[in-house]
Amino acid sequence: MATHQPLPDQPPPISQRGWLRWLREHLFSTWYNSVLTVVIGYWLISTFVPLINWAFIQAVFTGDGADACNPDGACWVFVEQRLGFFIYGFYPAEFRWRPNLVFALFALSVVPQFLPLPTTIRKWLAIFGITGLPLAAYFLIAGGHFGLESVPTSRWGGLMLTLILAYVGILAALPIGILLALGRRSEMPVIRGICVVFIEFWRAVPLITILFMASVMLPLFLPDGVTFDKLLRALVGITLFQSAYMAEVVRGGLQAIPRGQYEAAEALGLGYWRRMQLIILPQALKIVIPGIANTVISLFKDTTLVLIIGLFDLLGAVKSTLSDPAWSNVMAEGYLFVAFCFWVFCFGMSRYSHRLEKQLETGHRN
Amino acid sequence: MKKTMIMFGLAATGLLALGAQAQASTLEDVRDAGQLRCGVSNGLPGFSQPDSDGNWTGLDVDTCRAVAAAVLGDANAVEFIPLTAAERFTALQSGEIDVLSRNTTWTTTRDASLGLNFTGTNYYDGQGFLVKEALGVDSAYDLDGAAVCTQAGTTTELNLADFFRANDMEYEAVVFDTSEASAQGFDNNRCDILTSDTSQLAALRTQLSDPDSAVILPEVISKEPLGPVVRQGDDEWFNVVKWVLFGQINAEEYGVDSTNVDEMVDSNNPNVERILGADGNMGEILGLNDDFMVEVISEIGNYGEMFDRNVGPDTPIGLSRGVNALWTDGGILYAPPFR
Repeated sequence: MATHQPLPDQPPPISQRGWLRWLREHLFSTWYNSVLTVVIGYWLISTFVPLINWAFIQAVFTGDGADACNPDGACWVFVEQRLGFFIYGFYPAEFRWRPNLVFALFALSVVPQFLPLPTTIRKWLAIFGITGLPLAAYFLIAGGHFGLESVPTSRWGGLMLTLILAYVGILAALPIGILLALGRRSEMPVIRGICVVFIEFWRAVPLITILFMASVMLPLFLPDGVTFDKLLRALVGITLFQSAYMAEVVRGGLQAIPRGQYEAAEALGLGYWRRMQLIILPQALKIVIPGIANTVISLFKDTTLVLIIGLFDLLGAVKSTLSDPAWSNVMAEGYLFVAFCFWVFCFGMSRYSHRLEKQLETGHRN
Repeated sequence: MKKTMIMFGLAATGLLALGAQAQASTLEDVRDAGQLRCGVSNGLPGFSQPDSDGNWTGLDVDTCRAVAAAVLGDANAVEFIPLTAAERFTALQSGEIDVLSRNTTWTTTRDASLGLNFTGTNYYDGQGFLVKEALGVDSAYDLDGAAVCTQAGTTTELNLADFFRANDMEYEAVVFDTSEASAQGFDNNRCDILTSDTSQLAALRTQLSDPDSAVILPEVISKEPLGPVVRQGDDEWFNVVKWVLFGQINAEEYGVDSTNVDEMVDSNNPNVERILGADGNMGEILGLNDDFMVEVISEIGNYGEMFDRNVGPDTPIGLSRGVNALWTDGGILYAPPFR
C-alpha cells in the first residue's frame, strides 16, 4: 500500500527570511526609508572607507622617523616614537620604573573591580586604592625618601600627570563634598552659612579662572622667595572647585531620602554622625552614583585645562610636540591619540559606575 | 589678644626674613641648590621644545644651559620650567625661576615697569608675512584687503594693526588661539596671509601640507629682540647672565668653538686669553671661576654653534644668520669686549 508521503517543507521564499527580510523590514520598508538608507549608506561609506583606509590600511605603525611615513596614511610612528614623552613627560628615563610600578599598583586595585571576584577581596583592593596607593605613588614618583632620588614636579608630565591630577582631585573632592553637603543642610547657621558661601563661590567661578589665579596672581601676594609648587597650587584649585560640585550632587541625594528615615534614625537614639554614617549617607550616596560618576568624568576631562598654566598633562605634552618641524602635519594623529586615551579612561569610569549601581541595587524604591 | 599680636608679629617677621634671605643673592642660591631654574616656553620649535627623549632643546634652552655651565660647571644642572606667555613675568618676579629665557621681546614697558632686566639679545627677530605663492604678491605693501591669520593677545596682533593703519590699507583679522592653529587655518585657506615672528614662520611653514606653495615676504614690520631676563635688583646675577652670552658671541668672533677650545686656551691672542681665563681675572670679578667660558664653550659652544644646532640652515627650521650674524660679517651681533 502506498502511503501518502508529504513533501518535505520548503524553506520560506527568499524575500521572507534571513538578512533579506531584515533589510526589507528595517531599511527598505517604505519609499522614504529606502531613500534615507541609500543616502546615509552612501555618506557612511564615503566617510568611513577613506577614514579606515587612512587610519589603518595606509597607515605606518613602526619606523625610525618622519621619513618612514606614508603621506596618504596616518603616521602612527610619531605617536610610537613620542610615547615615552606622552606617558611620563620629562620624567627621567632611568627612574621610569617608579611611575611604572605605580601604574601596576593602580591596575592591581582597579582591574579586579571589573572581575567576578569575592566581594571581600575587591573591597580590600579598593581600600588599598584610596589609601595605600596615593601614599605609595607619592613616595615613588616624588622620591626624596627611602634612598629614592627626588624628582621635581616640573618634570612630571603626560598621562601620568593627568592621572595624578584626576585621582587626587576625585579622592579629595568626594569627602570634602560630602562634608559640605551635610554642612549646607545643617541646622547650625554659622556652619550652614560657611558651606553655602563656599559652594556658591567656587561653583560660580570658571575653573580656568581659578587655575589662572593660582598660577599667576597668587605668587604676587606671597612674600618674595616664598613659592608653592605649581602642581600643588593647581591640585588645590581643582579640588576646591570639584568639591563644590560634588557637594551639590550629594545634597541632591540627601534631599531624596524621605523624612521618615531621618526620624527613624533619630528614634533609634543615634547621634548625628552615626545617623548620617549608618543610615542616611549609604542610601543617599547610592542614589547619586550616576551624578557622582558624571562629576568625576567631567573632572577627568577638566584636568586638561592645566595646559594654560604650563603643566604638561597628556594633552599639553602632545600639543607641545605637534609643532616639531621634524614631523610635518601630525596634528590629527596626536589629537586622535589623546582622544583615544581619554575615551578609554572615561568609558572605564562609566562602566564601573554602572556596575556599582547594579551591585548596590537592593530593590527598595523610595 | 596680646599673645595673638605677638604671634602674628613673629610670623610676619619670619616670612619677611624668609623673603629677605631668598633675595640675598641669586648666584649663591643657584650654587646652594646645585641647579639653575630656567623658565622656557611650552613648545616653540627651535627655541624651546622637548625632543623625543623628553629633553629640552632649542636656542633659549641652550642659553640657560650655558649659564648653568658657567655657574655650576654642568650644562645639565638646569631645571626647566615651562611657562605660558601670561605667567612668565610673575614666575620670575616671585622667585619661582632664576632666569627667564622664553623668546621674550625686549621693550620699554617690560624693562621699566615690571621689575625686570633684559640681559641681552640671543635672537634678533621681527614680524613677517607668509603668503600663498598662488596669490602672486611679492611685497607686504600689496596686501590691501587681505585676510590675515594671527594669534590672539600677542604683540603680533598689535604690530599688524599698526602696519596696516600706517600704510592706509584694509585687512580682515582671522584670530586663532595658538600658532599651530593659525598655521592650520592658513593651510585650509581661511586667510590669505599668515603673520608671526619670522623665526616662527619658518617653522610653521614646514607644517603646511605643501610647504613649497607658500613664501615669506621680504618685509619685516617690527623689531623683536629676544633675550634672557632676570629680576631687577641683583646686579651680580644680572652681570653673570649678561656676560655668559657676551662671552659666547665674543668666542665666535675670535674663532673659539667647542672643537678647538682646548688648544685655544694656549693661544697668543690676548682677547682669546682673557675670554678663556688664561689671562686676567674676568671670572673672579663676575663671581665665577676664571675659566668659566672654557666650560661654556666646551659644553654648549659659541653663539654660532648654538644657532646652527637649533635654528640654522641644516635644521628643519632652516634660518639663515641674517641680522643675527656677527658685526664683522654684516650682522648686528656685537658684544662688548672682555677686558
